[in-house]
Amino acid sequence: MSTDVTRSSGYRQMEESITMAPLERLGTDDLDQELLTLNMGPHHPATHGVLRLLVTLEGEVVRDLKPIIGYVHTGIEKTAEDKNYWKAIPVVERMDYLAYYFNAYAFCGATETLLELEVPARAQYLRVIHMELNRIMSHLVWLGTSALDLGAMSMFWYCFRDRELILDLFEQSSGQRMHTRYIQVGGVADDIPRGWAEKLKEFTDQMPSRADQYKDLLANNEIVLQRLRGICPLAEEELLKLGVSGPLLRAAGNPWDLRKATPYCSYDHFDFKIPVGTEGDNWDRFAVRVAEIYESVKIIEQAMDGLPEGRWITDDRKVALPPRHELATSMEALIHHFKLVTEGFRVPPGEVYFPIESPRGELGCFVRSDGSSKPARVHMRDPSFVNLQATAPMTEGSYIADLIATLAMLDPVLGGIDR
Amino acid sequence: MPDSVGLELLAQELREADADAILGTLYFRDKATLLVAPAAIVDTLEMLRAKGYGALMSVHGVDYYPEEPRLGVHYELLDMNAVDRLTVKLRVPLDNPHVASVTPRWPTANHQEREIYDMFGVVFDGHPDMRRILMPEDYEGHPQRRDFPIGGEPVLFTIDEAEGTAYTQ
Repeated sequence: MSTDVTRSSGYRQMEESITMAPLERLGTDDLDQELLTLNMGPHHPATHGVLRLLVTLEGEVVRDLKPIIGYVHTGIEKTAEDKNYWKAIPVVERMDYLAYYFNAYAFCGATETLLELEVPARAQYLRVIHMELNRIMSHLVWLGTSALDLGAMSMFWYCFRDRELILDLFEQSSGQRMHTRYIQVGGVADDIPRGWAEKLKEFTDQMPSRADQYKDLLANNEIVLQRLRGICPLAEEELLKLGVSGPLLRAAGNPWDLRKATPYCSYDHFDFKIPVGTEGDNWDRFAVRVAEIYESVKIIEQAMDGLPEGRWITDDRKVALPPRHELATSMEALIHHFKLVTEGFRVPPGEVYFPIESPRGELGCFVRSDGSSKPARVHMRDPSFVNLQATAPMTEGSYIADLIATLAMLDPVLGGIDR
Repeated sequence: MPDSVGLELLAQELREADADAILGTLYFRDKATLLVAPAAIVDTLEMLRAKGYGALMSVHGVDYYPEEPRLGVHYELLDMNAVDRLTVKLRVPLDNPHVASVTPRWPTANHQEREIYDMFGVVFDGHPDMRRILMPEDYEGHPQRRDFPIGGEPVLFTIDEAEGTAYTQ
């Protein structure tokens, strides 16, 4: 995962000639500089949302850091308790706004486990295709905004150009660009439309070369290397203690990925690799996510090639709406339609925790049912919420500029943190 | 997952260490759950860690209104080597919602215990920073409780503050 471009460069030698003596003097008893407590955020462009960091600085060095959150808390978990299961999907989707397919799938998966519902193979494959597209989209937003934090403006436009292609695909398959409500309890909303497969093929054909371009632009860039390599590492044991999962943990060398460890939604049908890092520094976090884009493309291609025929949603009329054309001819279908739309379906009492691998780590949805048609409790174990706790141990003792880079590589999404 | 027999054996083993620790077991949808006494939570989790369930993946709260003891705290444990999950649940009554914090031993629980305190009012004794996390610091009540009305929270607008009616219903 590392290159040796900088080792021999003249810039590095020039850099090494700069004395670090003033920095080393900091933190000793000789306090010629006092501590400064500073609010970073909540409205700071580099906090990737409405995050406030209470930073204690000694000169330019971070001595202590406390994240203060809750600025975009909208009580989605509470709102979901007041909705039928199928009406809770759109609100749950809005938690982590860059991973809406994952939110919807975690919730639907938990509900399906409670219902003991079998999901058709075609629906599972369509879910995988859309989730992996969503993963690429999320990583593109991360790459663009992170590069922006490091001062690379054009990366942002390149990444958003490709993100647009994915959003167009989402729009075509579900009618929405974001918060698509495509994944339903029992399957997906609709089969893919005509022409979608070709458009997807076009995208998957060009995405790897686009990712190559981004890697060429960034990975050999002196500034990016200086800002990321060896900066703010955290050991695997520390990350595990803090409950960190996803690309951050994999960057430290632990190949934990729920798609491989406990395959759900037919992920065991596909051949893909789990990129891991060695050092656990910002560079590895960057490299792991970029490498994941290629793996996601591979999964999409395999899923599209092997897309099974059949229904895209379960035939269980107690859960899924009957086909539209039946409503005109079948009284039974009309009754099912009416009951589902007005009351919704009832779910057997019980409690389920359903973990999946979101772009940021373990996204677990806890659903408690009391036997009625509304969930008694919905909770998302959002990876950003837990991962955010690692900011302080990562950045203590580093420069404030490295704090910005680390925050970018942490990839927190405040909608998921505050819910 | 430990199967239902494995779960009983595990519960038996934990009971031998502390007779009052395990209140029951539950095997639901291929998932094993231990119901523990609130006083024994830290010791139980520590014993389970020795058995391999080293990662605490999630801590979340539940309100079992109108049942008593009403407030529940769930701990999702994970064994990364055996790829095995186990849920540990406890319940505390509303009039004495105190549980020992696991944050000193599992730092990951820090934010999550604060969220449970914020949303349900369960107090975690020994937590290094037991404050609200998502709601404003001066907020009254615990909004995720089942008897807390939805849409009933007062909203602060700056215009009302200027007019002297700080909170509008």
